[in-house]
Amino acid sequence: MVILVFVESAEGKIKNTSMEAVAYAHAMGGDVTAIALGAVEKVELESLGKYGAKKVLHAADEKLNQDIIQVYAAVLEQALQAEGADTLVLANSSLGTPVAARVATKIGASLASNVVELPDTSSGFVVKQSIYTGKAFALVSLKNQKKVIAIRKNAVGIKDVGSPAQITPFTASLADADFATKIISTEKATGEVLLPEADIVVSGGRGMKGPEHWGILEDLAKALNAATGCSKPVSDLGWRPHHEHVGQTGVKVAPQLYIAVGISGAIQHLAGVNSSKYIVVINKDPEAPFFKAADYGIVGDAFEIIPKLTEAIKAAK
Amino acid sequence: MKILVCISHVPDTTSKINFADNNTKFDINGVQFIIGPYDDYALARAIELKETTGATVTVLNVGLSDTEPTLRKALAIGADDAVRINAEPLDSYFVAFQIADYSKSIGYDVILMGRESIDYNGGVVHSIVGELLGIPSVSPVMKLDIDGNKAKLAREIEGGKEFIEVNLPFVAGCQEPIAEWKIPNMRGIMSARTKPLTVVEPKPVDSGVALQRFELPPPKGSVRMIKADNVPELVNLLKNEAKIL
Ligand SMILES: Cc1cc2nc3c(=O)[nH]c(=O)nc-3n(C[C@H](O)[C@H](O)[C@H](O)COP(=O)(O)OP(=O)(O)OC[C@H]3O[C@@H](n4cnc5c(N)ncnc54)[C@H](O)[C@@H]3O)c2cc1C
Ligand SMILES: Nc1ncnc2c1ncn2[C@@H]1O[C@H](COP(=O)(O)O)[C@@H](O)[C@H]1O
Repeated sequence: MVILVFVESAEGKIKNTSMEAVAYAHAMGGDVTAIALGAVEKVELESLGKYGAKKVLHAADEKLNQDIIQVYAAVLEQALQAEGADTLVLANSSLGTPVAARVATKIGASLASNVVELPDTSSGFVVKQSIYTGKAFALVSLKNQKKVIAIRKNAVGIKDVGSPAQITPFTASLADADFATKIISTEKATGEVLLPEADIVVSGGRGMKGPEHWGILEDLAKALNAATGCSKPVSDLGWRPHHEHVGQTGVKVAPQLYIAVGISGAIQHLAGVNSSKYIVVINKDPEAPFFKAADYGIVGDAFEIIPKLTEAIKAAK
Repeated sequence: MKILVCISHVPDTTSKINFADNNTKFDINGVQFIIGPYDDYALARAIELKETTGATVTVLNVGLSDTEPTLRKALAIGADDAVRINAEPLDSYFVAFQIADYSKSIGYDVILMGRESIDYNGGVVHSIVGELLGIPSVSPVMKLDIDGNKAKLAREIEGGKEFIEVNLPFVAGCQEPIAEWKIPNMRGIMSARTKPLTVVEPKPVDSGVALQRFELPPPKGSVRMIKADNVPELVNLLKNEAKIL
């Protein structure tokens, strides 16, 4: 059995979530072929071998530097066919999930997104999907021979199992019709740890009082190599960019550690963080609902606690 | 211009989730149903486009008759007519197939949905519909303007956004801040009662998935409180107990 894994990159580097997708396919058993589209550094491609890829296809056509959903779906369909692969694995993301859906439709595959564990193959092929925004799971059997699986962060973790892989160029035929959506320009934060990718997230709420106070959270994030997030009112008020807004109507994160500062813990916010492994809550109100969802808590003023926490972390390193 | 807005009928965001029948059915006891929050953004933008361009707005739900109050609410917010495809929304492909099949018979210029439903959270129905209809699908869309036969969109990506141009027809999965949620006014509620709501029977289709059962996450253990004057203790616990740092 050959499993194809679509790996995403940013600024030439493979995303952590895609490394995990390779590890996931490897753990499923079978031969793993990874495929990357557009400009990606060679060493990055080779490194996919470490997570279990036997072979790495690189579709380097510069037309693929823009990540157009329809175009990517068409290339993946061709790669599945060329490799004789029945299964496509990728990481859930703003690109991966729509691409997964279009590929599954093209090839008539059983489709599952938000998969949180390895499949149970003891009887059939059953995946566990996160539903109700993290409040529950569904165990769903994928009945077709062909399968498309989009995994959530931390479904298996990233494991080092192999050695650098061989890279093979892959040429796909690109139809003009698939370029119907034109990406005119892109606005992107560079050099930051991306929120959906981050192992640690430092998030601030209305308790931070204003955008001018984000410096102490950024210092803490820097000390932890963490991404910064926020609650919905904070992005609604324009204190922080929209892509940092965590929760039911924002980004869903699944880091090892989520540090919530001055966030009350409304159920809609919790919906975006309940897949975190550990949650630390810092709030001056001992009755804040967030403490009920936390592993560790400190009752106190963020403006006093945060600088101390940053110092203590630097000291511990 | 004809706009279709696909509406999911989902538990209020504050609902406690429980299951019945040996964890095979969603337990509706004590649950209030709403228009999916993302679908509500899509609807709000569609109503704005109706006001500025004179477009007509149809809302569609794949669901059983219990979803009609949700469709009536969408009519009260300003949609012109509603369609209910009379079937339990079993899975994403089934739902998407019904939407694509129905919309083919009408020929919509713009199909708006939410970026994801908040029950199933698949984030896929818009993309499947796009593929089935052979038209572009863009998601998650945070800005949408239409000028004649062309649309300008902003799509959120990890850490930023992309600005996109696409010709009609297309499908978009919407999210904030595309528009502000609209609340129905008295006149809307009155007129919604007499707006057309058509019931259409579904087409059979096999989607290749079958639900086995639901599961709830294990209950959270209790929180460990650390004194505000002992911050290094938190770092110690994260390092030695949680083994994170
Ligand atoms: C359909 C729907 C969807 C929603 N989606 C989301 C979503 O995706 N994400 C989201 O976040 N919200 C969402 N909300 C909003 C949500 O209900 C809450 O209103 C919001 O999360 C509250 O944000 P907050 O905790 O920052 O602010 P507040 O509730 O105002 O809380 C501020 C907290 O800061 C604490 N505080 C104040 N000063 C200090 C200090 N000096 N030091 C320490 N602590 C301090 C206070 O004790 C308080 O607990 C949604 C709501 C609805 C209806
Ligand atoms: N039963 C349904 N009826 C109509 N539209 C739906 C239904 N389920 C999902 N949708 C639409 O598809 C979008 C994406 O849903 P999903 O792929 O389930 O996350 C939703 O935001 C809705 O706009």
